[in-house]
Amino acid sequence: MVTIHPERHPEHHRQDTAPPAEGHADGGPDMVQLLTPDGERRHHPLYDADFSAEQVRALYRDMALTRRLDVEATALQRHGELGLWAQLLGQEAAQIGAAHALRPQDFVFPTYREHAVAWVRGVDPLQILSLWRGVDHGGWDPHEHNFGQYTVVIGAQTLHAVGYAMGAQCDGVVGTGDADVDTAVVAHFGDGASSQGDVSEAFVFAASYNAPVVFFCQNNQWAISEPVIRQTRVPLYQRAAGFGFPGVRVDGNDVLATYAVTQRALQAAREGQGPFLIEAYTYRMGAHTTTDDPTRYRSSAEVEHWRARDPLARVETYLRRTVGADQRFFDDVAAEADELGHELREGCKAMPDPDPLRIFDHVYAEPPAELVAQRDAFADYHASFEDA
Amino acid sequence: MSAGVSVVGSGHLEELDDRSPVGVSKTLTLAKALNLGLHDAMTHDPKVVVMGEDVGTLGGVFRITDGLLTDFGADRVIDTPLAEAGIVGTAVGLAMRGYRPVVEIQFDGFVYPAYDQIVCQVAKMRYRSQGRTPMPMVIRIPYGGGIGAVEHHSESPEAQFAHTPGLKVVTCSDPADGYWMVRQAIECDDPVVFLEPKRQYHSGKAEVALDAAPGPLFASRVVRPVDGAVTATVLAYGPTVRTALRAAEAASAEGHQLEVIDLRTLSPLDLEPVYASVRRSGRAIVVHEAHVNLGIGAEVAARTTEECFYSLEAPVLRVGGFDTPYPASRMEEAFLPDLDRVLDAVDRSLAF
Ligand SMILES: Cc1ncc(C[n+]2csc(CCOP(=O)(O)OP(=O)(O)O)c2C)c(N)n1
Ligand SMILES: [Mg+2]
Repeated sequence: MVTIHPERHPEHHRQDTAPPAEGHADGGPDMVQLLTPDGERRHHPLYDADFSAEQVRALYRDMALTRRLDVEATALQRHGELGLWAQLLGQEAAQIGAAHALRPQDFVFPTYREHAVAWVRGVDPLQILSLWRGVDHGGWDPHEHNFGQYTVVIGAQTLHAVGYAMGAQCDGVVGTGDADVDTAVVAHFGDGASSQGDVSEAFVFAASYNAPVVFFCQNNQWAISEPVIRQTRVPLYQRAAGFGFPGVRVDGNDVLATYAVTQRALQAAREGQGPFLIEAYTYRMGAHTTTDDPTRYRSSAEVEHWRARDPLARVETYLRRTVGADQRFFDDVAAEADELGHELREGCKAMPDPDPLRIFDHVYAEPPAELVAQRDAFADYHASFEDA
Repeated sequence: MSAGVSVVGSGHLEELDDRSPVGVSKTLTLAKALNLGLHDAMTHDPKVVVMGEDVGTLGGVFRITDGLLTDFGADRVIDTPLAEAGIVGTAVGLAMRGYRPVVEIQFDGFVYPAYDQIVCQVAKMRYRSQGRTPMPMVIRIPYGGGIGAVEHHSESPEAQFAHTPGLKVVTCSDPADGYWMVRQAIECDDPVVFLEPKRQYHSGKAEVALDAAPGPLFASRVVRPVDGAVTATVLAYGPTVRTALRAAEAASAEGHQLEVIDLRTLSPLDLEPVYASVRRSGRAIVVHEAHVNLGIGAEVAARTTEECFYSLEAPVLRVGGFDTPYPASRMEEAFLPDLDRVLDAVDRSLAF
């Protein structure tokens, strides 16, 4: 890493500490917002949608349940039942809004934090926990849910998404006008990942082939300890312009807005209008993962600032005040969350350790003789302890 | 596998109009054999797509994809942006969508921007997904030196891929293998790093039987069998097979009979034929252009020692590139194993 010495490079130092626009905690005037932190409905000339009461309740319910999933998983890690957990706390609106905009035929390429997207795609949350417990690398079938494997190498999956989208183009399932056929792909990534070469290459390929892919960047302000100003001097959504496709910043804590913007972007992609970049401006309320101590690099004032922008609170206000949801609805959701929490705790603890011979499974379609021999030798060795 | 020479399209046929009907052999350079292999694979399976830098209109800098764009169109012969991680990474997505991408990396030294995608994504996707997401991908890399090139155009990165579980690594050394191995690699459901000895692309023609593959893909082959007493077993692959064969001819004039084995598959290794030969000869010499330190030769030596310990008269010796970066081309002849260095190794082996 380059260390900038302010004495020697005063101009660099100024830029380093006072970047042009980034770090603006309110997202700036270009940010699409349909529901204010106080629960007031706003309208937008381009990105808006009509939401039925039932739809708003469904969005709220999924946010509440996935928040519980996150809280339970964090607790399970504290109790030693999970090795690690990457918290989604604070990013529920970004993920639930984006996921609700999907059609079944669309395909999602996640990072390691898209638990709420996985939930909406019908992935059994225990199949997510099994990854963090160390039982497997993710227990779900990507092709059953059109939801890919979690990808830990940051940014790598954005290229997979573009390739998949290119394949959809070749298959003729883009721009047919048939809502059940036309397909788009979502590539999730973070503000930190935006600096990766793979992400830039994904933008280049997507633009070059006009691929039906929506790049969904959750700018949660932090990449572990590095603030977003370390990654970019311009708002991330503006990068799209340089690659030749539209980019929009949306209030990532506003589920109506993330839904509306994603829905528009996906529809454009499905119609054959090519890629789209969405920057969901949000905040990681928790630690990076359960091993992280965010007090070492960020202030409690900042966290409080964002707590006042909680993604669930504003929907609750909106539901109670405007849409119409009585206490019973909230009680039912809470009861459902309790039940989910119970299932997760029990299910996680009941997961058996995998047979160590599973180490050797699925390395190849046709395992080489040498690998089979290695497996057999280990099986004998292992069995010799059981006999003893 | 259908072996017929397909007669579709137009432009490509003119290029290959010396082609014979089905079931007959053809005399081809390695470059033409690979080209025909790709062509026939694309005809055979509409899910096969070719992608890389300059593979379309130009037909590749070595012309290995010549004519494919004309015959199969831009959806299947994809000129990509100049970004190797992008090429391999998007190929991963295409494979997930049911395609069989054949990726061309323009030169050995330019594979490294894609290294992460190859070792972390391509190699592990099947494992990560418990078998649900296969990666039937071929990554073709022209490799090896001896062409008087500038830096990054003469390297032998095979060990870096052979060391990665989940990948298979093969290399051809003659036109018949070029045609058949590329077809077999494309049909393989595992990702295959396919190394092509670029020095030999245009360096002579050989007979290629088009009606049946000469053998399985993941098998080594004795290319110079010796009846009776064997002085030493020489193991080579890709560009060094020819070197080994020449050394064997020279040695035979001196009364030494060298049995030469073309390893062909570097991961997995197929060493049974090697063990069989070494049990007769008691001596083994591995020849490759790659650096000897932790190279394929080291693995072959370790395994051969384990399997043939009581048959060995001398340690397994390695002849290869020095443990330096590939030198400037005016020095490459000294760097590359040649006939004399192979014969020197035979002498050293006999001296034990
Ligand atoms: C290629 C690579 N480098 C480093 C890491 C270690 N790492 C894991 S997550 C992370 C931060 C990613 O930040 P961001 O993209 O903003 O996503 P977030 O964690 O905030 O969701 C880092 C550096 C990694 N996983 N992959
Ligand atoms: Mg981040």
